[in-house]
Amino acid sequence: MTSHVSHASAGEGDWIKTSSHVCRLDNILSPSSAAYLILDKQRLSDTVVRLTLHAPLVALNAQPGQFVLIRPTERSERIPLTISHADRVSGAVTVIFQEVGHTTRELGGLEKGQSVQDFAGPLGTPSDIQRVGTVACVAGGVGIAVMLPVTRALKAAGNRIIGILGARNKSLLILEDEMREACDELAIVTDDGSYGEQGIVTDALAALTQRDRIDMAYAIGPLPMMQAVCDVTRDQSIATVVSLDPVMVDGTGMCGGCRVRVGGDVKFACVDGPEFDGHLVDWDSLRSRKAGYREQEQKAREASEEAHHA
Amino acid sequence: MPKREHLPRTPMPEQDPKQRATNFDEVTLGYTPEMAMAEASRCLACKQKPCVRGCPVNINIPEFVRKVAEGDFGAAAEEIARANALASVCGRVCPQEEQCEKYCLMAKVNGAVAIGRLERFTADWHAAHADTNHCDVSDREPLDQKVAIIGAGPAGLTAAGDLARAGYKVTVFEALHEIGGVLRYGIPEFRLPREILDREIESIRSMGVDFMTNVVIGKTLTIDQLRESGFDAIFVGTGAGLPTFLNIPGEDLNGVYSSNEFLTRVNLMNAKDFPNEGTPVRIPVKAVVVGAGNTAMDSARTALRLGAQEVHIVYRRSRDEMPARAEELHHAEEEGVQFNLLVNPVAFLEGDKGWLRGVRCQRMQLGEPDESGRRRPIPIPETEFDIEADTAIVAVGQSPNPLIRSTTDGLKTTPWGGIVVNEETGETSIPGVYAGGDAVTGAATVITAMGAGRRSAISIDAYLKALRENNNKVSE
Repeated sequence: MTSHVSHASAGEGDWIKTSSHVCRLDNILSPSSAAYLILDKQRLSDTVVRLTLHAPLVALNAQPGQFVLIRPTERSERIPLTISHADRVSGAVTVIFQEVGHTTRELGGLEKGQSVQDFAGPLGTPSDIQRVGTVACVAGGVGIAVMLPVTRALKAAGNRIIGILGARNKSLLILEDEMREACDELAIVTDDGSYGEQGIVTDALAALTQRDRIDMAYAIGPLPMMQAVCDVTRDQSIATVVSLDPVMVDGTGMCGGCRVRVGGDVKFACVDGPEFDGHLVDWDSLRSRKAGYREQEQKAREASEEAHHA
Repeated sequence: MPKREHLPRTPMPEQDPKQRATNFDEVTLGYTPEMAMAEASRCLACKQKPCVRGCPVNINIPEFVRKVAEGDFGAAAEEIARANALASVCGRVCPQEEQCEKYCLMAKVNGAVAIGRLERFTADWHAAHADTNHCDVSDREPLDQKVAIIGAGPAGLTAAGDLARAGYKVTVFEALHEIGGVLRYGIPEFRLPREILDREIESIRSMGVDFMTNVVIGKTLTIDQLRESGFDAIFVGTGAGLPTFLNIPGEDLNGVYSSNEFLTRVNLMNAKDFPNEGTPVRIPVKAVVVGAGNTAMDSARTALRLGAQEVHIVYRRSRDEMPARAEELHHAEEEGVQFNLLVNPVAFLEGDKGWLRGVRCQRMQLGEPDESGRRRPIPIPETEFDIEADTAIVAVGQSPNPLIRSTTDGLKTTPWGGIVVNEETGETSIPGVYAGGDAVTGAATVITAMGAGRRSAISIDAYLKALRENNNKVSE
């Protein structure tokens, strides 16, 4: 039996290049399709890696704002990574991540031609892409990778986009060209002034709000950055969406480990998020929960370094 | 020789409580052939067979027990396999005292025949002695029709096995990276060793069932897409995976877990072997477990095995209302779990930097029966006290996961999220889509889910048969 599956295509931007494309689901519905082969690997900076994997089932329904759960090896933790790009025709899915902990280092250690053990998704609620007018897309560090597909979708929906990118220094700035293409205007700030303006993203955002009417803001990056952006926009009543990445295990709403307090309610980032109204997020609780396994992670790192040197 | 009904129930050997509380090896050790034959000979072979009525999958219990008594264990295994694809699992985790054994005529005389232990013995004996655990399905007539099973837990595995045996092409979609559902992430290995589960799954795979892991139906694919892609019928067995929290202050502190998270980290992700395994879990020194069901007992006993010095169960009603199986309570108590009954947690207390330091509790008394028929717990004023704890595990129930109901138009669900089905057939509000297990009933037992999987498999077979006959008529 031949079968054809059509997809929704609203607000995808160039995310899915062939939104009208019709694929044969039965071709990709076989256990052998689950190889999760790494098709391409690039280093975007010393610690930021872009991997493109063969995962046609994940590509099929993926929308901007959604994530995958990856297990690099059969002994690895399950970690969530936002989908940077999905191509339904080729079945390729791209993720960009920073090697910060044990598991992201394991993932960064894999090469083109190898496979990851598990790759499940798309998970989470897609970004709510609306035409609102002028949107400030503020991103820092590896958060720029998460911001890119959202920015493209917002642009495709007819918004005017002002991007503000922040990095500690020039060598850590990623995806500048892609963001420049997706934005109507782009400002870049670095902590040390090695590129763009010297300063932090909230300086640039505050200056922008003096000069321009901003209808909505997106803030994606390190937790203190998102919180600082929300402090600026709250004062000016600019609706602000943030993308959270608490600790997760299953990613399907089963464990509750990723619970965050939003407007006094308990939400699960994996199914209710990962995007939330930044003005309602309880940042202190989130910060503390994110640090819950820091000691044990440190132990794991030491153990793996010891094993490496042995 | 004493009359057989005067013989006492044969006890099953167990690991010593002190020793087993420090390891993850199986607690109960199983019958020897001699013990099994002695126990089986206690069966009166009564005409009414009340035990069969108590079995959700209707195993012909007196027949297999008779074969065990005769020492013909292979024949006994065949008899069980006719009705149960997961016998060595059920022999371990079924609440037999509520089912088959409850109705045994011997129950009122000298203890029910230990049907569960005999089932376990028979299945284990068969696995150890058979040449292969592969099921021979070569005599089946292969059919072209395809069935999708969503969820590789007890309900899905049972339906998959039954439908494969009937000749259908069966694909099981599982959201996690391993097969087994709650048998894998929920039930600890000291109650259900992993190799036992793997063996049962291998046997289902050998019938030609395809398993696709990492596919989250409702996200990766919708039910509609499955139908469009050529599945003629669908069974939803997605369980009750959504954890219930207490909604009391301090619940977001580090060190406070849902039982789902705590058990998943240890059982599915092997966190006890961290850092050799990548997933960590808080190693408790003093743990409080809230709730008194089987999941609470599993959590408490797992905390002990991880190295906790003190583990407290906190339960707001009294011993009589505790929902856990008697055997699980007994084992937990033997291992040193402390029971705080008629005690309700009111707050989790913050210590250092967002970490839990204790649980504030209040004493309760029982009032009039509530809607569940159990006496309602009422707080006693000014009885608050604190239990010191660095880890708390909330095990007060699960409800069905919303991923499928929120992405499937026309699928009727109850206000609490259970899928509405025809109780006779398991059919949902969408023709060709069936459901069973905890996704329908809310959190219940493994064997009830298996019974529902079986019931739906029978209905799916009838539904697909009717489709075939219709198609034949059209082509004639």
